[in-house]
Amino acid sequence: MGAIAHDGMPREQTHAEVTRDVLATLGTPSRGYYLALFASIGMFLVGLVTFLILLRDGLGHAGYNPPIMWSVYITTFVFWVGIGHAGTLISAILFLFRSPWRTAVYRSTEAMTVFAVMTAALFPIIHIGRQWIFYWLLPYPNARFLWPNFKSPLIWDVFAISTYFTVSATFLVVGLVPDIAAVRDKVSGWRKKVYEICSIGWTGADHQWRHYTRGYLYLAALATPLVLSVHSVVSWDFAVSIVPGWHGTIFAPYFVAGAIYSGIGMVLTLIIPLRKVLKVEHMITDYHFDNLAKLTLFTGSILFYAYAMEYFVAWYSSNTFEQTTFWRRAFGPMWWGGWSMIICNAFVSQLLWFKKIRTNLTALFIISIFINVGMWFERYVIINSLSSDYLPYAWDQMNPTWADWGILMGSFGWFLMYFLLFARTFPIVAIQEIKEMIPMPRRKKGAH
Amino acid sequence: MATSVPGVLGSFEEIDAATDAIHALRARGHGDLTVYSAAPNHELEEALAQPRSWVRMFTLIGGLTGCASGFGMTLWMSYDWPLLVGGKPIGAIPPYVVLAFELTILFGALFTVAGMIILSMMKSLKGRPYHPRFSDDRIGVFAPCGPQEADAIVRLMQDAGSVEVQHEAA
Repeated sequence: MGAIAHDGMPREQTHAEVTRDVLATLGTPSRGYYLALFASIGMFLVGLVTFLILLRDGLGHAGYNPPIMWSVYITTFVFWVGIGHAGTLISAILFLFRSPWRTAVYRSTEAMTVFAVMTAALFPIIHIGRQWIFYWLLPYPNARFLWPNFKSPLIWDVFAISTYFTVSATFLVVGLVPDIAAVRDKVSGWRKKVYEICSIGWTGADHQWRHYTRGYLYLAALATPLVLSVHSVVSWDFAVSIVPGWHGTIFAPYFVAGAIYSGIGMVLTLIIPLRKVLKVEHMITDYHFDNLAKLTLFTGSILFYAYAMEYFVAWYSSNTFEQTTFWRRAFGPMWWGGWSMIICNAFVSQLLWFKKIRTNLTALFIISIFINVGMWFERYVIINSLSSDYLPYAWDQMNPTWADWGILMGSFGWFLMYFLLFARTFPIVAIQEIKEMIPMPRRKKGAH
Repeated sequence: MATSVPGVLGSFEEIDAATDAIHALRARGHGDLTVYSAAPNHELEEALAQPRSWVRMFTLIGGLTGCASGFGMTLWMSYDWPLLVGGKPIGAIPPYVVLAFELTILFGALFTVAGMIILSMMKSLKGRPYHPRFSDDRIGVFAPCGPQEADAIVRLMQDAGSVEVQHEAA
């Protein structure tokens, strides 16, 4: 497994041991798990109550302040869409590259992707204010034959996010089917019946595997350009406009790298405690964290370059508005946001050049928190470009209120609640793919 | 599991034992084998000499349908209620590429999954025996046969290295 010899390599297991250890994660949960679950439900309820107040009184409670009519909600929307990128990168792109280290972590990252996109999808709906007519965004036949404006990046975004959610969820479910069948064959009572329905008749017969393996490969091949396209489309929500600080051709690759960077940050935040709670430390080892950290370093370095280029292009363009925007990012009223983004993303990620840090889980966990905070601030700073547009008399700052923080907290609760429930209901480590990596015993030693 | 397809079910712990049994059974003219395993395995695929899956055709048709729908929908809707803005074309291809691309991926993925399900259902496993250990650490090889052949196939499986052989009567 893998080309490098590493102290933290997972120990070789038999097929039966893999089934046993992964199924053990579905046993009686620990007190820590319940604490985390109730905390996430509590956070979700805070968000729900905030939303109900917004629904009753209107969006005036939120910090929408002209000229910044996109506020914390759109900041957080882009943040969650970004989080959703690491999952499909790890499950699809690394699958096509045949990276062996992805097998132990891809299920949790894929689940994270689906729940992150579910969370992200809430925000445009909250942001539109009249949630009950959200379907106006979709091209549906209506009495006046009015159709959406397909030249608008916001409509591209509706299609991109819906496609990404559908394909990611499909990929997750398809990958789960053989594992659900393995659980079905080990449990009893009502759980057996539920898993039996969910396994849709899977037996691992040769013809099933034949179609499954080809189909999975094609799904990965389709999901790969999708990963790169979704955040590109999100970036065009900004870049297609002429707002200074947004109108840049580097936005698509810059956003994709940032999305993957933030996604891996969230993967680390989730997996480091989860492997302990679910007792799968021998399956998700230093070997996996070392590789995840290298990917973080790579994407963090691209971000470093992108940040530098943004400032360089602003200076080189000789465009006063562009230069003013970037000057204000560093030294204006929001200087602390601009520097938080640069320090947390560009500089903190450079610590991962050191192997000792890459394999130190406490250090990695702390770095992952910095990444999450830094990437949220990146979006906050980008949205804040609206504060200093072409009309200086209209300049003003974003002023987040309790309604913004309430919904932000609720989104974390909503996301964590689903993730924790998933981790207890379905195998969080992919049984079938781990078994595929383990050579089966042979009668004739050294044969094949 | 109640069975109605008569035959012999061998359970194997070693991969080479299972492939030996499959080769021997195919040499005897048994083409309709069902082989169960917990994970896909190239040696089993080679032993069974299976044809390539047709899932790829579903993916292709889905992708093409999505691409055509993407361009078709955007162009038709643009011309159905034409709004001329800034003298720019009503049906503009470059921005519609984004939507056509998204629908290519969406339809391609959904058709692929439909293909996986439809093709898997085309061979019925109804009445064929199964053991829960096949999703754990054993390989199962089921050869449908009549009672007159059963003894010979039981012996063949045992000689190949099967750890457990069951004769399933009708």
